[in-house]
Amino acid sequence: MALDLTRVDSASRAAAMLAGDPTARFLAGGTLLVHEAGSGAGEIHRFVLSDGLGFDRIERNAGKVTIGAAVTMAKVAADPALAFLKPVADSIGGPAIRNVATIGGNLFAPAPYGDFAVALLALGATVAVETAAGEKSVDLEAFLKARSGHRAGLVRSVTFDQPADGAFRFRKVIRKHPRGAAVLAIAAVLPATGGKLTGVRVAYGAMAPTAIRANAVEKALEGKALDAAAIDAAVKVATEGTKPATDAQATDWYRRQVLPVHLRRLLAG
Amino acid sequence: MVRIPVTFTVNGAEEGQFVEPGALLVDVLRDRLGLTATKTGCGQGTCGACSVIIDGELKLSCLIPAGRVTGASIETLEGLAAGGAPHVLQKAFAKGFAAQCGFCTPGMIMAAKALLDRNPDPGRGEVVEAISGNICRCTGYEPIINAVLAAAADLRAAKSA
Repeated sequence: MALDLTRVDSASRAAAMLAGDPTARFLAGGTLLVHEAGSGAGEIHRFVLSDGLGFDRIERNAGKVTIGAAVTMAKVAADPALAFLKPVADSIGGPAIRNVATIGGNLFAPAPYGDFAVALLALGATVAVETAAGEKSVDLEAFLKARSGHRAGLVRSVTFDQPADGAFRFRKVIRKHPRGAAVLAIAAVLPATGGKLTGVRVAYGAMAPTAIRANAVEKALEGKALDAAAIDAAVKVATEGTKPATDAQATDWYRRQVLPVHLRRLLAG
Repeated sequence: MVRIPVTFTVNGAEEGQFVEPGALLVDVLRDRLGLTATKTGCGQGTCGACSVIIDGELKLSCLIPAGRVTGASIETLEGLAAGGAPHVLQKAFAKGFAAQCGFCTPGMIMAAKALLDRNPDPGRGEVVEAISGNICRCTGYEPIINAVLAAAADLRAAKSA
């Protein structure tokens, strides 16, 4: 594979290199890009390495969690303060993949991959993006909608509010056990105040080309108690807005058929 | 073609090579250093045949440019046998018929070693988890899981003896 590896000493330098070379990519774990470069599909001729830029840290400040783009799934899974995300991180690949696959890279994983991005979307994460013009913060939902355009820059980190204990739920449906790509994934943050859900966020994976919000489900649940009636109402609109693909894991038809079943199970706890 | 120097330790021996910048670690191990136990399988991180241990962590050498691991300590299957005697894991795989065609075996054993290095007394579920990124298409997983558990027991017995 004819390509260069470039080490840089700052994120701004990396962003400048990426902006000036459309064949350059920012390389973290490499689980997606190294294969892409080797296959010749991506016209990649330079990797700008994330090594040594300090993107491998997890920080907490005033109820907010910031995870560096180069933090691995294994590191998330091993962090006791992020125990609610351990099932998400552990669901991705085998141990060798989790030792290198990063949170930043997962934002670019095409369906049916990208389970961590599903969780982050439910958590309402923002993405710190470094471009040649400087750093900016982008809502993850907007980031995912314009994902390919962000290759001119690089992801520094993601930030989200630590959810209340028990408010975060995640469910991934797979065919190859114990680990496999998703038939579908669902993540939800279900904060309750006075017995009513407030600030509900639900996200799907493998139900569209990127992780998406389940807006109709959120609307059906918002302000309600999480009881049988609310769950019924949410399940009725479970497939609204979805555009799943047919791939080796499942057909689009199957994904639409089983999504309501798994949403019901997730909501019923 | 421009070549870059890479230096790392493989199975305790310092190695240095000039390689193409995009050369993959698995290719350098196999084609330059003659360490052909590590296999190229899927080439995309799915099968685990190229598994090696880098600085104590199990990783896939088909997804790592060799130039990125300069200075690292790499373990491959060839480094397990001490003084010509097979490693406990290798003995257990042979004794338990845990290798049929043998293609997945080096990756399986390195995945198992990474597990036993940090957890000398794993449960069956932990062994399944440890090899969950390694695909076997002919032996079947049961003999492999049993061999890892047997090796773990042998290692514990040897340590307490």
